[in-house]
Formats: sequence, structure tokens, C-alpha cells
Amino acid sequence: MKIILQNVCLLNPEQKLNQKNDLLIDNGIIKKIGSLSSEDKKDADVYDFSGKYCVPGLFDMHVHLREPGREDEETIITGSNAAAAGGFTEIACMPNTEPAIDSAEVVRFIKEQSKNHLVEVYPIGAATLARKGEALSPMYELFEAGVVGFSDDGVAIKTASILRHAMEYSKMFDLPIIEHCEDESLANGAMNEGINSTLLGLPPIPSVAEDLIVMRDIIMAEFTKAKIHIAHISTKNSVELVRQAKKKGIKITAEVTPHHFTLTDDSIKTFDTNFKMSPPLRTKKDIEAIIEGLADGTIDCIASDHAPHSIEEKEMEFIFAPNGIIGLETQLGLALTELVHKKYLTLEQLVTKLSINPRKILNLPVPLILEGEPANLTIIDPDVVWTVDVHKFKSKSKNSPFDKRLLTGKAIAVINKNKMFYEDQFIDISS
Amino acid sequence: MPLSSKHLLGLHGVPREDIQLILDTATTFREILDRPIKKVPTLQGKTIVNLFYENSTRTRISFELAQKRLSADTVNFSTSGSSTKKGETFKDTVRNIEAMKVDMIVVRHQSAGVPKFLTRITNAIIINAGDGLHEHPTQGLLDMYSIREKFGKLEGLNVCIVGDIAHSRVALSNIFGLKTMGANVSICGPTTMIPFGIESLGVKVYYNINEAISNNDVLNVLRIQLERNAGERIPSLREYHKYFGITAERLEKFNKDIVILHPGPINRGVELSSEVADGPYQIILDQVTNGVAVRMAVLYLLGTMH
Ligand SMILES: [Zn+2]
Ligand SMILES: [Zn+2]
Repeated sequence: MKIILQNVCLLNPEQKLNQKNDLLIDNGIIKKIGSLSSEDKKDADVYDFSGKYCVPGLFDMHVHLREPGREDEETIITGSNAAAAGGFTEIACMPNTEPAIDSAEVVRFIKEQSKNHLVEVYPIGAATLARKGEALSPMYELFEAGVVGFSDDGVAIKTASILRHAMEYSKMFDLPIIEHCEDESLANGAMNEGINSTLLGLPPIPSVAEDLIVMRDIIMAEFTKAKIHIAHISTKNSVELVRQAKKKGIKITAEVTPHHFTLTDDSIKTFDTNFKMSPPLRTKKDIEAIIEGLADGTIDCIASDHAPHSIEEKEMEFIFAPNGIIGLETQLGLALTELVHKKYLTLEQLVTKLSINPRKILNLPVPLILEGEPANLTIIDPDVVWTVDVHKFKSKSKNSPFDKRLLTGKAIAVINKNKMFYEDQFIDISS
Repeated sequence: MPLSSKHLLGLHGVPREDIQLILDTATTFREILDRPIKKVPTLQGKTIVNLFYENSTRTRISFELAQKRLSADTVNFSTSGSSTKKGETFKDTVRNIEAMKVDMIVVRHQSAGVPKFLTRITNAIIINAGDGLHEHPTQGLLDMYSIREKFGKLEGLNVCIVGDIAHSRVALSNIFGLKTMGANVSICGPTTMIPFGIESLGVKVYYNINEAISNNDVLNVLRIQLERNAGERIPSLREYHKYFGITAERLEKFNKDIVILHPGPINRGVELSSEVADGPYQIILDQVTNGVAVRMAVLYLLGTMH
């Protein structure tokens, strides 16, 4: 089947492409860009995307899919549906499943489950067996099975010694160690340490809990010459540490979540556990530093850290509630609203952080908008105003602090693997 | 004139008029406690659940007595530890209790915010009997009542809270309540026990107990909570007592009329020497009696609002 995207602005910073044009997709391949003949238009479904942008399919490199182990909260399929609805054509999933992604079987299982889905799922392998921080996972075998990075996410890699070995070993595949930066001995509280934790009487987590691990990992990356990726960076100091490390030529990259650039620990005042996350929400100063880091390139990409939890588990006493929020379906809207419309980032910069850099970090090819290339595309309407409604989400879980929030901009369609998701429907465009 | 809020979740933001009303009402109930028959029919027909997720014999008995003196029907539900461990969520427990048609819930819980959470999931009137490291408003009120009883006023008094401020729910309630009532509030303790940003509440911080004693009319001395990891924050109880303990010698050195409060139970020889704990400066047992009167006042004012 042929489809035509008409009057759409083609935007790919990787190709320095920014032009309004028509685009013909035939059997999943970009067949023609430019003025289309009546022959081209014959039997084609035409979508008029005036005022919309067509960008390389968005990539979320930090997603928790819960399968295997907690299929009641999310499955590979429901998570992938949420990803498509949020504008993502590809995602990487974290290994804190049960069992953890620490064997080739689990990697193969995940890939098998997602094989026929529009959204491509790339597993991230556990850095250590069962993420316990005691022994290395079979990293080589995991690499061969197709993982795109290694992480013990949920916790930091436990000791400097095992971190050293994981980093050294990962150099054989040129894949990054993705670190959840929180020092365990300092991070056993429920929210950021500050005036709000004092007023609310919740056990605090100091920002240095993060800074210390970022510092440790930078020093180790310099020593081993391995790649380190700082997941969900959240403190002013950490941003500065990454900036300095980059200046020194250390192979370091960093990501930030939408909640860490939009929310502060002020929001916890009602004790709503949808604001409980790890690392915790910080302060206005931290947000300012993060936005500066995004603008100057210190922070390479934006990732959701999509962390589904059942209502039963989230709706409980604050100190006992699990950390994390879902984010796939609000990520692009929040980034457009808070970063692009407020003029901190251009749309090009945002596409770089949501599509291009995540793939580069994970050694994956960046989709090109060129004749002959497979169509891996996201169509963005940057100006549509919409209200977040968790009940309309594709995700199995509803734990979002952004419910009822007004956002400007969202993805209206994604195209990948000869499939299209548009107006809440998966459309097979192969036949 | 009723209280401005349906629940008592804390003293943060509670207006002066409300506190005044509670303290004045408590004065009336305090008299009842000295009568031969200490019971009034005020809350007859009301059902109150004391939901205690954390051990606190003193607070529970004080609430229970207050409820009985007001002729309410009471049910006690005590357990400790996380509700999730037992496979039943806290929410289920509370919904079940509410289904039994209760009017008020007095709650003590190790997680800050649980009283607030209860206001979202039930229709009952909620009274916070201590949540995490957050607030313990009736303790704050009974402390204020006891100080007012002694000095005849709160305005202008210099009150210092001494000890592990960071791990205390009494401290915050005292700070909010006393400041609203016009007292000058300070705190004193080792640096490891002072919470982040406390000065921004307009509270002076002392790290030297002698300075705290010489500059204040009242010392509200907190219990060192060994069960809350105080051990990591101070080298030893012996050292704590040496540098922060209230001893007769220290008090006499400044030779002034100072009033000592303590929420109990006292670690004798740690925060207070035995001599001070039993001596002329302290009003610790008055606090216990006043606690019943203050809780009666709170139960009465909230329980008869509509
Ligand atoms: Zn993490
Ligand atoms: Zn994560």
C-alpha cells in the first residue's frame, strides 16, 4: 500500500534537512520526496499534514516494561502501544524485570514478543547477575543476543570493583554502562532533602547521593576509558560534573526525564505518591541547571524512565509506595511545552535529543528521511493543545502526576516496520 | 464559633483563632477532670477509631481517656510495620473500618502524610496522632497549653526545643503552633540532628546548651529516639548527655525560673538528669493531665461541628 504525507515539514538535523514537501511511502520504503505525479498518487492514501513536522522516529532509551514478571502492570505489547501513542517508533527497555534481563533467553523472549509490533524494542542487559552487584552478567552472551547497553537500573552498580569490571568488559562491544546514580547508604529516604522534606517530615535523600555516584563513575570511566551514560540526571552538581567530564574528553553522556525538568519537590505537599520517584524531584535551581545543560549539549537526550505501577501499589503510605511514574505518552508534550515553546530549545534540538542522540549512544543507526530508506518516522503537531487524561492511555498503569495537565504539542502519527499508528489505530500499510 | 477546618492534620497553617479556641475549650475540660465524676455526654453516639500503626501507649491511652470522658464509643486498632507485608493494603483496612460507620479516626503512622491520605479515601474526621517525622499536633497543643498555664500567656515567651529535631514530629508542631501564638522559638541540638532549612521558619538555632538555657524561658526537651537511628548521629548517649543534657548544675548556673517540658518517656541520664526530671523546674506530669483535656477539646470541637 502506498501512503502520501502531503505538505509536511521534513525535519532531520542529522541530514540538515528542514523543508516542506510531499513524501511517498511504498511498502514501508520512502519512495519519493518532492512533487508527486498523478501516477505516484494513484491508489495512495493521502494524509494532509500541513503545519506538522515529519522527523526520524522518536527513540526512548529508558523504559520499564515489567514483562517478564509483572505483566499486571505493563507488558511488552502494552508498553509498545503506549510508546507508539507517545510518538516513539523504538524504545530500549531496562533489565529490572523478574527474572532480570541477565540471560540470552530473556533477551530473545522480549525480542520475540515485540517482533510484529510497530515499535522496535531493544533490551538493555543487566550489568550484574540479577542486578545484585556481586558478579558480572554474561555480558558477551547478552551482547550477541542483542542488548544495546548494560545497567543495574533501579540501583547503582553496587561497588567500585564490579563497576570497574563491567566498564572494562563493555569496551569489547563499545556499549555504554547506563548508571542509576544513587549512593545506597544515602538514598534510603522518600524525597529530596530540603526545606520541603523538613516541612513534610518525610525521610530525606540528599542531592549528594547522586553526585557521589556520578563522580565515582566519571573517575572510573576516565580510568577504564569505557563509555558511561548517566541515567535520569537530576541535580545541579551532577550536570556540572558531566559538563567538566565532557571537556576532559571522557566518554560520557547523560539523559534527563521530563519530570526532572518540569516538577520540583514542592509538588509533594499533598503526599500524592505519583510524585514519588527515584531519583527524587529536586528544586528550582536544579531544574534551571538541567535546562541549561540541555541547551548547551551537556545533557544529550530526554528519556521517560516510564515506570508503570499498579494502583494498589502506588496508592498507599508515602514511605512505602514504589518509586516511578509512567511517561511514554506525556514525554513529547511536556518537552514541547516546557522546552520548545518556552524557547529553551529549538525543535531541531529537541529532535536531536529525542531521536538522534539516544540511538548514537546505543550504537544504533539514525533513520534518514531519504528516498530508498525504510520509513521510520514520527509526525509531530507542535501546536495542538490537549489535556492529559490517564484513562485514555495505552499503558496498563495510570501512575502519572501529569493527569489533567494542559500541554501544547504531541505526536499525531508514527510509521515504522511498514505499519502506521494514526488516530488511535494501528494501520497495516504493507498490503 | 467553630474551627476553620474539618480535620486536625497538623498545626502548619492553623490560624491563631483556632488554637486560641482549642486552648480555651481545653481549660473548661481541664476542670471536669478534677471533678469526682469525670464524664460528660457530649459525644454520645459518636464512634471513634484509634488507628495506631505504631506503638504509642501514652498517646493512645490519652486519646482513649479523652474519648471516654466525652462518652464516645471507641475502637482500637493497633498494628505495627508496613501494611503491605500482610497482603492487605492500608487503603483496604481503612475502607473496612469506615464501612463499619465510624465518625472520627485518630491515626498514628510511621509514614508522614497518612492523615492527609485518609482525608482522601474516607469521609471520617481525621485527627493526626503523629505521622512519620511530620507533625503531632495534639502534642504541640498540649505543650502550648501547659506553657500557657504556667506563664499565663504564650506571646513574647522564649521557647527552645532541645534534642533530635530532625527525627521529631513534636518539634514541627511546636514550632508552627508557638510561632502562630507569638512566642519566640529556637531549637538546640547537635548539628546532625538539625533538619535542613529550619532557620527559614524563623527559628534560631543553638548548638550550645548553655546559651540555649540562658536565653530562654522554656525548654521543651525531646526524647532521643534510639530506635530512629540516633546512634548514627551522635557518638554516644554519654557524650550527648555531657554536651546537651539538662542537669541541675546547668540550670542553677543561670539561676533563673525556667520551665522544662518533655513529651515522655524520658531517657533518664540522657536528655534530662534524674534530678531535673523529678525537680522543681519540670511540668512533665502536668503535660500528661493537660493532654487529656486538650484532646477532649479537639475531639469535642471537631466532633460537634455538624
Ligand atoms: Zn533508575
Ligand atoms: Zn529506570
